[in-house]
Amino acid sequence: MTANMSPKRNEMPTQNAVVRASNFNEVALGYSEETAIDEAMRCLTCKNMPCVQGCPVNIHIPEFIEKIKSGDFEGAYQVISQSSSLPAVCGRVCPQETQCEAKCVRGIKGESVGIGRLERFVADWHNAHNTEGVERPQSNGHKVAVVGSGPSGLTCAGDLAKKGYEVTVFEALHLAGGVLVYGIPEFRLPKAVVQKEVDTLKALGVKIETNVVIGKTITVDELFESGFEAVFIGSGAGLPRFMGIKGESLNGVYSANEFLTRNNLMKAYKEGSATPVMQTKKTVVVGGGNVAMDAARTAKRLGADVTVVYRRTENELPARREEVEHAMEEGIAFKFLTNPLEINGKDGWVDGIVCERMELSEPDESGRARPVRVPDSAFTVDADCVIMSIGTSPNPLIKSTTDGLEVNKRGGIVVNEDGLTSRTGIYAGGDAVTGAATVILAMGAGKTAAKAIDEYIKG
Amino acid sequence: MYKILSKKVLNPTVTQMDIEAPLVAKKAQAGQFIILRVDDAGERIPLTVAGFDREKGSVRIIFQIVGATTFKLNQKQEGDYIADFVGPLGKATETTGLKRVCVVGGGVGCAIALPVAQKLHEQGCQVDSIIGFRNKDLVILEDEFKSASKSLKIMTDDGSYGQKGLVTEPLKNALENGAEYDEIFAIGPLVMMKFVVATAKPFGVKTTVSMNPVMIDGTGMCGGCRLTVGGETKFACVDGPDFDGYLVDFDEAMSRGATYRDFERHAYEKTCNLFKKEVE
Repeated sequence: MTANMSPKRNEMPTQNAVVRASNFNEVALGYSEETAIDEAMRCLTCKNMPCVQGCPVNIHIPEFIEKIKSGDFEGAYQVISQSSSLPAVCGRVCPQETQCEAKCVRGIKGESVGIGRLERFVADWHNAHNTEGVERPQSNGHKVAVVGSGPSGLTCAGDLAKKGYEVTVFEALHLAGGVLVYGIPEFRLPKAVVQKEVDTLKALGVKIETNVVIGKTITVDELFESGFEAVFIGSGAGLPRFMGIKGESLNGVYSANEFLTRNNLMKAYKEGSATPVMQTKKTVVVGGGNVAMDAARTAKRLGADVTVVYRRTENELPARREEVEHAMEEGIAFKFLTNPLEINGKDGWVDGIVCERMELSEPDESGRARPVRVPDSAFTVDADCVIMSIGTSPNPLIKSTTDGLEVNKRGGIVVNEDGLTSRTGIYAGGDAVTGAATVILAMGAGKTAAKAIDEYIKG
Repeated sequence: MYKILSKKVLNPTVTQMDIEAPLVAKKAQAGQFIILRVDDAGERIPLTVAGFDREKGSVRIIFQIVGATTFKLNQKQEGDYIADFVGPLGKATETTGLKRVCVVGGGVGCAIALPVAQKLHEQGCQVDSIIGFRNKDLVILEDEFKSASKSLKIMTDDGSYGQKGLVTEPLKNALENGAEYDEIFAIGPLVMMKFVVATAKPFGVKTTVSMNPVMIDGTGMCGGCRLTVGGETKFACVDGPDFDGYLVDFDEAMSRGATYRDFERHAYEKTCNLFKKEVE
């Protein structure tokens, strides 16, 4: 085998931009076996493994890439699954360019190895070829409750189940997966992929109870009373934020959460769906994160002309680079350095959005350049739908029904480095702690908590 | 899956069901709501709890057949199952310390007003109830209200039963004649609640209303149920559904409530037609 010294990574095959902008099928099509091996050959197998440090769940990256080089794809999967419960998900939605790939030595003089693409290839290969069932570990007799079946909850549940714990996951919605099913669209993360990962956890012995709202149907304290020895709270992001500008209650204004939930969880984009979504012509999405990109690209697929309005510049967009590129290829317009002032209404419906220009000033506490208003620069953007995608605040239901659970001023649950909250036996992670962040950070938190819960119970 | 333990037709468009849901029944309180899906492809709809039996583990819902989902729900019979039933959601109605109240219910909203009246009655509070309907055929829960109230006035739009007129008329009379209510609870159509608030306001009597906006998750995630209350954005699913009626922007709530009216009408007609074909 000879190393592949090309400075460029193998391109990810994708659906044609014009075609995909009007369907909900997955955009990225995945590497073939040949391409995967060729890309794997670009890895130098560095001794100090900088990429592993860039991974929130510390996947043994050079090791799984070595397996790909030799065509042992199942072996590669086994390496990844030691560290990650959701490889097919992470390979698709992780911001690799700021994590593992940012540390890749090949990235210094060219493009880094396409680690995320290889991870996805390995997970998909396994899902397509594996016929052996998952081996269910021997029970150790200890019961752990997990609140929420999103990325942090599923990861925590998976890690504990592998150690023999009897894990029950409580999900408020009718379907498991959390943001993976209600938030991230089908064209970026097919729901069949999520279902497969959930099924794998079930095969490991994880029980999933849907339609149970912890804090309402059952309280955290009642979980302890019914025999659970530890509780992990991964209840996710909560209420959507609005700007507080005039017109936000007009018909035609959605939070990104509502718009995406209608389409992803409730399948409103499909003909004949029981759940409606408005048919709009000109949609303006406010915000620049991954959720904003998902909302914009979904609106585009529903047939609208879509403009993303963001108050900083393209360089500061918090969304994954690939999502921004895909959005631009699909014909979504961006208005940078633009901030909404007011939404115009006509007979109760959205009829345009008044914005003003911004310019960048000194960096703020987040380290990003602070946008400041340009006086007298207001202008109106034509719109019949506005989707607010400016973040969320953590869900209040558990905090308000669990005595002694400390939260910070933003409503996030306070935890130590092990994910332990202010109460013994209660751990937390993901957006419930951090506010809106990424799938992989939530998974990392679930993993850390699982380790701590194991140590706590085993004493 | 959740079993329908019993079904009772209250009037041609309103049905009562007791659903087996022990965890919900254990916690449910007057004023809270549940979310259900009839089948796997169904939409999630919120319904306020109309009653519960903690021993039997059942929760009572009373719904008006207004759209495709309630039409499909009404096709289900005793012993059938529905796909999902989750709750209790939202905050319970606050009744602590109340000595004398007026409960005003309108149409199917009476189903939600009843457990509030019952709870108040049980805690020794004097309850005057006023319930209104379009006509005699649509009157529901008369006996139940009678046994939970010191006085009961029934109003119909056409005078075919009780007194002819709106629920605000006897309320105004009572207030003018010096009735000293600690609080008024108004539950019914938005327009009714708006005018109950307008009637009570000159007398300065606190008026609580129960809001029932469009919802999806019902747990504080989607933000679809937002209302403007006292100039602030509030979410009916976690901040309500009860709100101070003086502060609610009813006109905005009415406008937002009409967002999917066309879609809902089409879906209803389609579902009805499909059903008719099946029957034929």
